[in-house]
Amino acid sequence: MANEKELNIQETGKQEIAETRAERTRSRLAFVPRTDIYETNEAIVLVTDMPGVDQSTLDITLENDVLTINGYVEAAYPEGYGLAYGEYRVGDYERSFTLSNKVDRNKIEATVKDGVLRLYLPKAESSMRKIAVTAG
Amino acid sequence: MLGRTFWGQTTPWSEMERLRREMNRLFSTFPEMTGSRVAPGYPAMNVWTNEDGVVITAELPGIDPEKLDIAVVENTLTLSGERTPLELAEGDVYHRRERGYGKFTRSFQLPFNVEANNVQAVYEKGVLRITLPRAEADKPRKIVVKAA
Repeated sequence: MANEKELNIQETGKQEIAETRAERTRSRLAFVPRTDIYETNEAIVLVTDMPGVDQSTLDITLENDVLTINGYVEAAYPEGYGLAYGEYRVGDYERSFTLSNKVDRNKIEATVKDGVLRLYLPKAESSMRKIAVTAG
Repeated sequence: MLGRTFWGQTTPWSEMERLRREMNRLFSTFPEMTGSRVAPGYPAMNVWTNEDGVVITAELPGIDPEKLDIAVVENTLTLSGERTPLELAEGDVYHRRERGYGKFTRSFQLPFNVEANNVQAVYEKGVLRITLPRAEADKPRKIVVKAA
């Protein structure tokens, strides 16, 4: 049984870092954060780059099957200085993923360190069960 | 003729020129706005200046600050480090891989010499901020005109 292959995580946002959908309550720039997703025997792990975000400015919601990550960044411009040369812009982060129903919703863990969010999504016990086939 | 004043000190021509310069600066500041995207080095940097120094900010999420190397020689700043890939156990599978990793080095020429001993670097929430004060000897000097 190709159990692991059935687990799917699909993105709903754009892959390229760009401004996202128009309907936002905050009139700020928003970016799609770059994300790595990998699967172990026990869990699915999401690792997302969100520089400028810490635990107090991060909002993660799970509604129906959609996991939404929102990171709010307050741009801290150096006081008394003028921008001479710019290569990146500062803005919020927003990205949604569709989770398969094999994730144990109550045991999701999230940690953020150095602007990297790590979401640990354990697989539900039931999906791990193997069915033994006996010779009839 | 062109130097004729217009409601005060500035002439319309100098105002137009100032506007043109401002627009050019704005468009060259954000290359993605003009569509002429030049592959930027890693990490992307913003450079802030005033009379007393330069502040450089760079987005570097998930870096061990101990492994970050910042060197200043005269007016050149070199930033190098490494982003390590995730450590996956045997049998783990990637579903999606968008974050880059590897070694990087970037050099930056500053508009003036800096006080190399007073350079400060702070790494917080994945954002690096380097403050480089301008060398005292390099600062512009005011010349007082004495009445004869």
